[in-house]
Amino acid sequence: MLKFRTFRGGIHPPDSKITAGKPIEKAKIPANVIILLHQHVGAPCKPLVKEGEKVKAGQKIGDSDSFVSAPVHSSISGVVKEISTQQSPIGREVQGIVIESDVRAESARMEAIDPATASKREILTRIREAGIVGLGGAAFPTSVKLSPPEGKEIDTVILNGSECEPYITADHRLMLEQPDKIVKGVGIIMNVLDVDKGFIGIEDNKKDAIKRMREAVEREGDEGIEVFSLKTKYPQGEAGSLIKTVLNRETPSGSHSYDIGVLVQNVATAKAIHDAVYEGAPLIERVVTVTGDVKEPKNLLTRIGTPFYDLIEECGGFKSDVGKIVCGGSMLGVAEFGNVPTIKSTGCILVLDREKSKTPEERACVRCGMCVDVCPTGLMPTILEKLARARRFEECMDYHILDCMECGSCAYVCPSKIPIVQLIRYGKEEIKRRE
Amino acid sequence: MPELIVSPSPHIRSDVSIEKIMYSVIIALIPTTACGIYFFGVHVLYVIITCILSALFTEYVALRLMGRKFVMDGSAVITGLLLALCLPPGLPLWMAAIGAAFAIAFAKCAFGGLGHNIFNPALIGRAFLTASWPVAMTTWTKPLTYDAITTATPLGLWKMQNIATPYINLALGNVSGCIGETSALAILIGGVFLIAKRYIDWRTPVSYIGTVAVLAFALGQDPLFHILAGSLFLGAFFMATDYVTTPITRNGRIIFGVGAGVIVVVIRLIGGYPEGVCFSILLMNAFTPLIDRHVRPRVYGVKRKRFFVSSANEGD
Repeated sequence: MLKFRTFRGGIHPPDSKITAGKPIEKAKIPANVIILLHQHVGAPCKPLVKEGEKVKAGQKIGDSDSFVSAPVHSSISGVVKEISTQQSPIGREVQGIVIESDVRAESARMEAIDPATASKREILTRIREAGIVGLGGAAFPTSVKLSPPEGKEIDTVILNGSECEPYITADHRLMLEQPDKIVKGVGIIMNVLDVDKGFIGIEDNKKDAIKRMREAVEREGDEGIEVFSLKTKYPQGEAGSLIKTVLNRETPSGSHSYDIGVLVQNVATAKAIHDAVYEGAPLIERVVTVTGDVKEPKNLLTRIGTPFYDLIEECGGFKSDVGKIVCGGSMLGVAEFGNVPTIKSTGCILVLDREKSKTPEERACVRCGMCVDVCPTGLMPTILEKLARARRFEECMDYHILDCMECGSCAYVCPSKIPIVQLIRYGKEEIKRRE
Repeated sequence: MPELIVSPSPHIRSDVSIEKIMYSVIIALIPTTACGIYFFGVHVLYVIITCILSALFTEYVALRLMGRKFVMDGSAVITGLLLALCLPPGLPLWMAAIGAAFAIAFAKCAFGGLGHNIFNPALIGRAFLTASWPVAMTTWTKPLTYDAITTATPLGLWKMQNIATPYINLALGNVSGCIGETSALAILIGGVFLIAKRYIDWRTPVSYIGTVAVLAFALGQDPLFHILAGSLFLGAFFMATDYVTTPITRNGRIIFGVGAGVIVVVIRLIGGYPEGVCFSILLMNAFTPLIDRHVRPRVYGVKRKRFFVSSANEGD
């Protein structure tokens, strides 16, 4: 197998992984959590509790009848204070349940399941009941992803441990500290799908994680799982790039990775699956990297629904004049208006000072072609940007605008500081709106 | 609660800017400029300064007339410097000033300023001067004599009298010719610097110079002489790599280089002029929009691997 196979284009931003050496710390139980009823792709949940009701940590408090959805659980023990409209960290207004902590540690767990004897249906039901969604950022309900449509045969599972975004180290720490749980999680995924080939892809800037994961795979003794060292390059962690690198397959334009027999899951999702099956634990906590311009950047094991400012406070507060608070990494993250709660897919809170938050002055395009060179999809971003600006959307389609995955590599390299991704997003939105 | 800045991703940008690239190109041209001054004397320095000042002044006036803000981004300095480097060392200063002014006003600002011109402004300036004052533009000074002893360029000697100039002279630069086309080595140093910085694509100079070498060899000429003599190196590393007027895709740049190489050989061997670099690049500049329209990278997950894409039936 070619070891240094890679995907087209890509960029090498400074990795800024200042928290890579910091072990995961348990965050304080917050005074209040806000559990959003819509944290995932698919139908929002309906609340199962009323204001004033007592809830335990791990108690299911929201669910939906739709197939594409995932229930939500209270992440602390306490009392439901209110159910109201809340701001979500990915820029939507959704219903949320505010729970006030009663400082008791009452928790509700499900019974552990032995995956060796349990049926696939049982395991899939458990994954759904535990509220597990893709923790890499997409937040697609995992039980749905593990039930591919009739006729789609999955032959390979790829576990995504590339963590190619600058700053974020949550998955890196998880792989170092709990490699066995991750490997057991992959085992469950492979069993459910009847697949005997699994890869764990990790970028080679995390040599220690590659080593730990290889040791864990050996301990587990599953010969079908291979730890795959990936060349460090953004956006290696994007599913298309990852599949291309590991298997040299391409997801056809407009289709899904299961059309080419591949399922990609994040390492944190695999760990959550392990916890749900072996320990009966619902998804109520996750590792969040709180980093950037905070006094003491940390990797925190947090309860889902913790307000961002609580976590920033726990890291010593802002280091200097704060400019931006970003949910997610520096390439793909969403800048926040104010204090929002974390959701299941929040892996990083990035604080940038005022200087770093400045929007650079936009200049004329000099046609340097750097955006074309770095585009992992093989698009011509400069042309898309110009066409979208001129509202020539038909022509945008000729240039495959809908294949853009908005990784931001083009805008990153642009010497004229043109907001290319923003303009392409605008073009995509307009095209979708007109359909 | 602090006031937060909200903007779309990405939240980090590379530190490469237009200014950084432009000033790097100027730095890359220092060895060539220094060689020109060393071989042809102080008048060369005046020609260079005249061209740069004239270019800056013209850009300032033109942008004001267009109601736009003048930005000192270094692009006009490059146009002035590159024009000076492809002028004869003894050219009267007023001609140099007019050439630079024409280059900026008609080849750059008339098209809409930085980023919008079709033809390389410096080469348009040179072509304009060649058409206007053909004698002054072909009066060459003997190097290291520092006075106006006129002589022929290596390509002129080859074309008219079939005399070959030694390689070592061509490489080091003690040959007659334009200010910037003396030392191939000095140009190479600057070009390699820009390639190492990844500000220019190696594909352009390699395909351009390579085509000239292969074609010259195939036609029974001395390939090494043809790549070292004249302004091929200067054109290949500094003019055929101009962002604005050359293709934006890697494959497009190779087509550009090969096309320009073919034109150089055709002009040198069949045409009336001894040198064809200037026209080869200008002609390929005209083809750049066409190349960009039809040469596109392969899109991920789109199977048909056709090198040329016809935009009319490509929507499926």
